[in-house]
Amino acid sequence: MAKEIIQVKNLKVHYPIRSGFWNRVTDYVRAVDDVSITINEGETYGLIGESGSGKSTTGKAIVGVEPITSGQIIYQGVNITTAKNRRKLNYNKDVQMIFQDSMSSLNPRKRIEDIIAEPIRNFENLTTDQERERVQELLDIVGMPSDSLYKYPHEFSGGQRQRIGVARAVATNPRLIVADEPTSALDLSVQAQVLNFMKHIQQQYDIAYLFISHDLGVVKHMSENLAIMHRGRLVEIGSRDDIYNHPMHIYTKRLLSAIPLVDVEHREENKKHRQEVEQEFQNDQSKWYDDKGRVYPLQQVSGKHWVALPKDELKQEEIKEKGRD
Amino acid sequence: MEKQSDLLLDIQHLHTAYRLQGKFYDAADDINITLKRDEILSVVGESGCGKSTIAASIIGLYDHKNTKVTGDILYNELNLVGLNENLFNKIRGNKIGMIFQDPLASLNPLMRVGDQVAETLYYHTDMNEKERHARVIELFNQVGMPKPEETYAMYPFELSGGLRQRIVIAMAIACKPEVIIADEPTTALDVTIQAQILDLLEDIQKQSHSGIILITHDLGVVAETADQVAVMYAGQVVEKADVKTIFEHPLHPYTRSLLNSMPQSEDEEEDLHVIHGTVPSLKNMPREGDRFAARIPWIPASAHEKEPVMHEIDPGHWVRCTCWKTFHFEDDEASGE
Repeated sequence: MAKEIIQVKNLKVHYPIRSGFWNRVTDYVRAVDDVSITINEGETYGLIGESGSGKSTTGKAIVGVEPITSGQIIYQGVNITTAKNRRKLNYNKDVQMIFQDSMSSLNPRKRIEDIIAEPIRNFENLTTDQERERVQELLDIVGMPSDSLYKYPHEFSGGQRQRIGVARAVATNPRLIVADEPTSALDLSVQAQVLNFMKHIQQQYDIAYLFISHDLGVVKHMSENLAIMHRGRLVEIGSRDDIYNHPMHIYTKRLLSAIPLVDVEHREENKKHRQEVEQEFQNDQSKWYDDKGRVYPLQQVSGKHWVALPKDELKQEEIKEKGRD
Repeated sequence: MEKQSDLLLDIQHLHTAYRLQGKFYDAADDINITLKRDEILSVVGESGCGKSTIAASIIGLYDHKNTKVTGDILYNELNLVGLNENLFNKIRGNKIGMIFQDPLASLNPLMRVGDQVAETLYYHTDMNEKERHARVIELFNQVGMPKPEETYAMYPFELSGGLRQRIVIAMAIACKPEVIIADEPTTALDVTIQAQILDLLEDIQKQSHSGIILITHDLGVVAETADQVAVMYAGQVVEKADVKTIFEHPLHPYTRSLLNSMPQSEDEEEDLHVIHGTVPSLKNMPREGDRFAARIPWIPASAHEKEPVMHEIDPGHWVRCTCWKTFHFEDDEASGE
């Protein structure tokens, strides 16, 4: 029933390292290394990783602002990694992005009206009146007062600016929005506001999100399926239940145990558990990572649940998993 | 012997005002908090609530021309407010250590990190160069630097964010201070690193029996590390209690709203709780009545006190204003009535 909207296949983004006398390419920084994910229509797909894990690069590559080294991004059956194909499918209209830092992603010299109207002007031919009506409507959707039209970005608070960013992304009726850490610069109550708006818009317009974040609490709230990235590679993908309740890879366990819990009663136990997992992570490096420090290819464990297990590890873990249920 | 020196910091009626266009506005308005030995006091609130202002006031790092600090900050019976700069320099870094949010901005990019830590020792102790070097290595070991000897000669840009923050912590604890002020020490770090740094802070505190003021906006961090919590809103402390009480029996509407807006609930389909409006800016801060009243408009004005003061509900549990008695969330209104 769930139709996929976009399929990323073996995506690689490598940056050359040049050195030596002739400045030749001696090695590559493997920012994104063999990443494959599938996002369904109207769902929120969470992409989690620490800083430097390549999650933002993946997002940018999907939007098409980051040249890729190899791999395919399939949209409506066509590989859109070339600009020509993107134009043919109206891809740049259908896929939009929300950025982390709202201050630097809105032009300080433009009024809100022009900021939100810019994508509309790029893709649609509307008269001035129609255009204003549309911008008005978009401001309504994100709950901004209508007099914001003639204001400049600096006149708004961080949460309001982020909502303007959301309005701009929604302006062209996209089908997929890549949200790169949309709330990490915001306060708790403001974050709640932006997340609520994002959810409402999703239900209303059936938009899919690729939700990139390092905050596991937020991703848990937002997404049905998620992927965990580490050093440019996928560590574990699966449904929310798979990842949060039955994590299998040591890195996932470590990440989950590091989230501070609002559970004062058991905080000593939580701390102990966290340190045990950390210890296990340090000790078992060689088991979970190959000699280049990369995780192994993903293997299917159950329906949606894929884990980067070492080959001989699979059976043993499977038994463990079954025993737990 | 423990008893008499238990109280490290006693802040009484602290007002810190900043000059904006010729007029002074209180960013910290009548703050009363105490810090005891062996205690982690956490100050929480959204940005613009005056958390960092308190830190700056304690350690005396503010623009003296445009800031007016009144009230008392008693450190071992010595009032830090208006203390002359020469005396303050003997205390700052020596008896009171500070950890800032952004480690890259608080380290000198042109100086080897080891020398930066040694500099603190140079000013505050009589150690010679060799002793200082040895002490820095000892500190690096204490804060869990992987290769202390090699790290000594490195520059800040060569280190990762987590390691940089460890250097800053090493600097802060170099002279075994009794009070450590940590202003958002883990906000710029990843969760796994954050966990390590918080554990490290706790370990250091246990070893040195110092008191830590932990300023943060992350309620998870508070729940994991703090002993005492002060919740701040618009320049005032609105609720003060031990950590268990704050999370299990929060009373003030602001505390309850904040806890409610955390995306941690098991029910993912539900909307997150949103607090109406925003924290007022310094100039527009209401100076009369309950400052939080504007953000809970469905609570009648009669529920608020005219001049909200702190009430001790239970021993050690202080709440500002009386509006908590009738407070309910907006959505519950229909069902509650």
